[in-house]
Amino acid sequence: MIRLENITKVYPDGTEAVRGMSFKVNEGELCVFLGPSGCGKTTTMKMINRLIPITSGKIYIDGVDNTKIDETELRRNIGYAIQEIGLFTHMTVGENIEIVPALKGWSKAERRERAENLLELMRLNPGEFIDKYPSELSGGQRQRVGVARALGADPSMLLMDEPFGAIDPITRVELQSEFLKIQQKIKKTIIFVTHDIYEAIKMGDRIALMKEGKLVQYDTPANILYHPKDEFVEGFVGADRALKGLQLLRVKEVMTSSPPVAQAEETVEVIRERMEREGVDSLAIVGNDRKFIGLVDVSDLRDGKAVKDIMSPSATTFTVNAVLSEALSVMLSSGLKALPIVGEDSKFEGVLTFDAIQKALHEAVETKELK
Amino acid sequence: MLEAWQFISKRPELLLGWTLDHLQITFVAIAIAVPLGITLGIYITGKGRQQTADIVLYLAEIMMTIPSLALFGLLMILLASMGMSTIGFLPAIIALIVYGQLPILRNTYTAIKGVDPAMIEAAKGMGMEERQILFKIKLPLSAPVIIAGLRNSIVLIIGIAAIATLIGAGGLGVPIFRGLRNARMDLIIVGGISVSILALLADGFMAFVERRVTPRGLRVKVKP
Repeated sequence: MIRLENITKVYPDGTEAVRGMSFKVNEGELCVFLGPSGCGKTTTMKMINRLIPITSGKIYIDGVDNTKIDETELRRNIGYAIQEIGLFTHMTVGENIEIVPALKGWSKAERRERAENLLELMRLNPGEFIDKYPSELSGGQRQRVGVARALGADPSMLLMDEPFGAIDPITRVELQSEFLKIQQKIKKTIIFVTHDIYEAIKMGDRIALMKEGKLVQYDTPANILYHPKDEFVEGFVGADRALKGLQLLRVKEVMTSSPPVAQAEETVEVIRERMEREGVDSLAIVGNDRKFIGLVDVSDLRDGKAVKDIMSPSATTFTVNAVLSEALSVMLSSGLKALPIVGEDSKFEGVLTFDAIQKALHEAVETKELK
Repeated sequence: MLEAWQFISKRPELLLGWTLDHLQITFVAIAIAVPLGITLGIYITGKGRQQTADIVLYLAEIMMTIPSLALFGLLMILLASMGMSTIGFLPAIIALIVYGQLPILRNTYTAIKGVDPAMIEAAKGMGMEERQILFKIKLPLSAPVIIAGLRNSIVLIIGIAAIATLIGAGGLGVPIFRGLRNARMDLIIVGGISVSILALLADGFMAFVERRVTPRGLRVKVKP
């Protein structure tokens, strides 16, 4: 747990970077520091691991005043990730990840094993990547290594300063989703600095929205979106909050679960009849174990053929935990009217339709604004 | 040219003696100049030493612009006022060390200052101490540039050591100046070529070292 109590930072030249900031980040939560540049978000973050000294106020790390903790000790116990440039170019991927474990005196074997595990967690093949140099990696790979390095000595807290800042938007969205999945497993207390409202809404359990060194609103993404405290927040959120709200919803909350399905052995006649009865234009084909096999569309139905001959087996699927906005964008670009949704075990769970998305959005805006 | 060869075959022990003297002066000068320059170069990159750095680098630059003969003269006055020997080995070494400082200092300073500040901040943020940051991050990344400075400085010292002969330090300057005085072309050639060969050998060796100390991560090809 991290608690800030009336934190103020005044630089020697009189600039007030942070003014009277107080809030609490709960154990295992991801807290986003959001705001335009110069709002004090990075300064506030750096006061937590004392890269920047506090002018007045106190920061408590698990209840302990952080100025009472030895500076290097404090930093070694808080993971730190910045934009990709922070990787040490003269060290291999493995050596980069092993830095903090080495500083803490782990044995070589322990360190190496930890590095391999972390690479695996970040979905980089250890055998291929551990001895490579940062200059041999792509931007996205470097960013993954940066996160792996922050997790090096398994700290309970992480500070991340625009960790996905320097990469293309597509890789960025992928990394965000992956990191969210990882966070569900590791449950670290995370401070995540960004100026990107989309990223903030998608990643944050809570958002600390800052302006000119002051905390304007500290709330859940939904409340920031639907209950902006003042005009600044409203302006920062923007007029398209319905669209931004898509980031808040997961596919599983919106999809139609257990819709009618078909089996590969069934005939076209049976399927056509089922589609008419259920009022749907497509059916998912599943195996006996409910594993997703393919999709069949009403326009493909030809009498006398078997289902397995007309279905499209390579149909795009999405997982239940995916963010709704990403699923929607795939539906729009691929022209799919119904997106099959599978679980992590690739069992068929449901379908996502435009109607369902529209309805969910409408409800979200209405109920949240009424509250 | 032929005469020079004849001289070498007739009196090899003379050439050997001069060469050994020359090597001795330069080795001693380099052995002191290098650690001194690197240490000083690192020191002036420290926090809050910007002003010191400016002054030190400025002084080193001024030293470089003093003609070597004039510097030897100045040193003689200075050493005499301190009651020390004004000719021979000691003043020669001191002058060579002074001359060798600028390339080492400047390269060490520039290289360390040039390390990406984001990298240093990441190191700090992960809990590395100043000393660890210096030895594990700053120095390895600066090594190629620092070695390039040493290379400059060493070649310079070997060349200028020939002039130190004028204050009685011996070395390969002896045949050069003796030849100049007595119009002995063979002596001038023997001395001149020997100094050049020493300088080239040192340069080649340092080029090799420079390649060796470049961290592998900085040598590998960057992905397009």
